[in-house]
Amino acid sequence: MAAESKIDPMHQFQISPLAGHLDGTPFVFTNSALWMLVVLALIWIFMLGGMKRQLVPGRWQVAVEGVTGFVNSMVTTNIGPEGRKYVPWVFTVFMFILFANLLGMMPFALVGAQPFTVTSQFTVTGVMAIISFSIVLVVGFWKHGFRFFTLFIPHGTPAVLLPLIFLIELLSFMVRPFSLALRLFVAMIAGHILVEVFGSFVVQGLNAGGVGPVISLLSFLFIVGVMALEILVCAIQAYVFALLTSLYINDAVNLH
Amino acid sequence: MDLASAQVIGAGLAAVGVGAAAIGVGNVFGSFLESAIRNPAAADSQQGRLFIGFAAAELLGLIAFAVAMIILYAR
Repeated sequence: MAAESKIDPMHQFQISPLAGHLDGTPFVFTNSALWMLVVLALIWIFMLGGMKRQLVPGRWQVAVEGVTGFVNSMVTTNIGPEGRKYVPWVFTVFMFILFANLLGMMPFALVGAQPFTVTSQFTVTGVMAIISFSIVLVVGFWKHGFRFFTLFIPHGTPAVLLPLIFLIELLSFMVRPFSLALRLFVAMIAGHILVEVFGSFVVQGLNAGGVGPVISLLSFLFIVGVMALEILVCAIQAYVFALLTSLYINDAVNLH
Repeated sequence: MDLASAQVIGAGLAAVGVGAAAIGVGNVFGSFLESAIRNPAAADSQQGRLFIGFAAAELLGLIAFAVAMIILYAR
């Protein structure tokens, strides 16, 4: 379909093994795994640099304290004082998504590396969403037992509407992990495709001659704007994922 | 009409949903700004709700995008 056109925006999301073959065994070190390790290393360096516990914090420590304080206050305002227990997971998710998103925006192709956005894979975001959803289920049933099902019945529902409301609420509850995973993954894919397509316009316009360079310039200016928007989206998506995770946990902890 | 052109037209029609989501997201932030200017003291406490509304509105646009991609690359 899209094979006859020269622009191939989906190529950047391809998972390829760095050694060996992907078919036969699933246990192959792929570019996705490599970039996940890079993200982990970056988070590690970032956190390690700011955990010196100086009395007068330097710039780095202020940055780390800002992020931890931000996540901490988000969780405690949404869940309440009990929410401190869930800060580790929300913080993990927030940092991983933020760093993976931002790393995916970096122009590593300039130095010859093949960049890859970890969060543009539905499997990665799906696993994170499933873990969040499992925490909600486990905490909900652990704390409230079968009273957890009252989550699906809003206060003051007329008895006639009860079965219908229960079904609708149950459906919206079950859809949560999909919406959580889909939002992040599609937002990343969409942004990268857009940048890729207009990046190809720049190259093709320069090659075309005539009014081509003018179109290249316009495309380039457009990309600059889109990139700024994408960096904003990277941060917003990480924030939204963490916020919704803490809201869902709040449902399980406090039951309305 | 052959399948390839039908796919392209269908993907284009599905992409209309993204524009609709843009209206929704604009509405969310516009309404927030409007009321935040009226009562700046209460604005910060509602930021969480702002982003929940944003996420809900944006999700539908992203689903429209996913549908367009599925139509475009379906065999």
